[in-house]
Amino acid sequence: MLKDRDRIFTNLYGQHDWRLAGARARGDWDGTREILAKGREAIVEDVKNSGLRGRGGAGFSTGLKWSFMPKGDGPRPHYLVINADEGEPGTCKDREILRFDPHKLVEGALLAGFAIGAHAAYVYIRGEFVVEARHLQTAVDEAYAAGLLGPDACGSGWAFDLYVHRGAGAYICGEESALLESLEGKKGQPRLKPPFPAGVGLYGCPTTVNNVESISVVPTILRRGPSWFAGLGRPKNSGTKLFCISGHVNKPCTVEEEMSIPLKELIERHAGGVRGGWDNLLAVIPGGSSTPVLTRETCDTMLMDFDSLRAAGSGLGTAAVIVMDKSTDIIRAIARLSRFYMHESCGQCTPCREGTGWLARMMDRMVTGDADLEEIDLLEQVTRQVEGHTICALGDAAAWPIQGLIRAFRPEMERRIRERGGDATRAA
Amino acid sequence: MNAPAPDEPFAFTPESLARAEAEIAKYPPGRQQSAVMALLDIAQRQQGWVSQSAIEAVAAKLEMAPMRVQEVASFYTMYNLRPVGRHHVQVCTNISCLLRGSDEIVAALRERLGVDFGETTEDGDFTLSEVECLGACVNAPMMQVGDDYYEDLTPETARAVLDALAKGETPAPGPQGGRQFSAPEGGPTTLTGAADEGES
Repeated sequence: MLKDRDRIFTNLYGQHDWRLAGARARGDWDGTREILAKGREAIVEDVKNSGLRGRGGAGFSTGLKWSFMPKGDGPRPHYLVINADEGEPGTCKDREILRFDPHKLVEGALLAGFAIGAHAAYVYIRGEFVVEARHLQTAVDEAYAAGLLGPDACGSGWAFDLYVHRGAGAYICGEESALLESLEGKKGQPRLKPPFPAGVGLYGCPTTVNNVESISVVPTILRRGPSWFAGLGRPKNSGTKLFCISGHVNKPCTVEEEMSIPLKELIERHAGGVRGGWDNLLAVIPGGSSTPVLTRETCDTMLMDFDSLRAAGSGLGTAAVIVMDKSTDIIRAIARLSRFYMHESCGQCTPCREGTGWLARMMDRMVTGDADLEEIDLLEQVTRQVEGHTICALGDAAAWPIQGLIRAFRPEMERRIRERGGDATRAA
Repeated sequence: MNAPAPDEPFAFTPESLARAEAEIAKYPPGRQQSAVMALLDIAQRQQGWVSQSAIEAVAAKLEMAPMRVQEVASFYTMYNLRPVGRHHVQVCTNISCLLRGSDEIVAALRERLGVDFGETTEDGDFTLSEVECLGACVNAPMMQVGDDYYEDLTPETARAVLDALAKGETPAPGPQGGRQFSAPEGGPTTLTGAADEGES
């Protein structure tokens, strides 16, 4: 188990003062000026060497992403944009950072902004997080008043401004290019890539978009050194990670643990175990709604990191562990996700706009078994026609849970159809 | 639902205008369109909903075509394009809430209010809406009323929140079962005391 001294988020449950004085007592804003004095490239190198991979779901190297930004001062300003549009079902980790450790994000924004040559950053926070936005704004105001942000941030000579931008209810704005559109005051519809944000981002300027958790761990990484972070978890899956454990566990919770912790240990140590015991486990969605479901057998030995879960045909995603015991109507659970993706499709790409509705309606019939057996294959085919045929990954995200369901629970789908007499056509 | 939205005259109050100016100042000169979401929110907080007149006032303030503002107002779910009750009760039914009994919460809310999703009680006190994941999944099931989250709900506590609101009280938001935010029930398994000593 991760030792408390290796935990980054020491106010995860709001047990201490989240304001500047409390944050400083926990080590935030300590030696920030000296870190900045090391220079842009040294900071990028340290973050690269720490092995930090983006905590928003894709798992791309944060340091490498930063290195894609143009070097030196070009004619266009650089921007850092922080994605706090947390909305992947099952996921509630950034919320805890925003409301109880906002100074980690503010300090991380300064360090990351400096590292990519940005004098301004925007935090795009989901509109429903009103309290969280208030805490973050308070932290920003405190940082300005203390000279930690502003024309000479931390006395470093670097000018840095941080702004809080509230969203208004659209899951798609968690997609980075949709987020940029939204930040520019438009509908949140994803952009075609390329160009990538590092070339053409906010207002057509070089931009890096990072997740809240990715940015918030940076100050501690730079203080304690990249090898400390890299020494936690398996190789290429470094560091600590916030896990949100929801669903059929005895004690749902959010907890910071070492990357690569066994799933079973995570659930039993921190979430009080599966309701009714481990043997009562039916399945787990390991990384938020977009990641395919794992069956009980896979869960026994699964390690919670990017590469283990990818090898199992799923993904770490946002590390939102959704636990389902044997009382779960697994088809209804996945059908609920299908309805979510239908609701959140921005409508720009036809395969997604039409496909998500098609999938949701078909999944509703699968819940009651009001289908023919062949329609399971048809359903699978439709997911393949959506997947990979859209501008952004929402189409893939809508397809994968259903593919996971068919892969893992086809017999249950067939049983329901048979019980309702849906195999009549085949038998005839 | 598809009837044309009613209108209601709208003008920013001086307080709202001051807040709007502060929002516009966050963005580079000429990029005032970025403040459209904030201004719609300010208008909604002033008027209770976003009328056609409010959309036009936002457009005028930001020098945008009204249709561009309309596009934004109708894209995002938080803008109420028709009036809602004094308390907007938004209940999550997505997967983590579903697994923890949101069906029972929804049934209790419907029964208590006597309205279905998208409807407002006759006294104008409550509008009930079904919403997608609100990002409080380890505190499921949950609902949002106004700006506040009410978490770890049971049918009883969900009803109690509404009863308190109906009486003009402000029930304490957060977990209704008494635990410490997202810590496991019964107390944290981490950060249990010596937490700060080794922190850099």
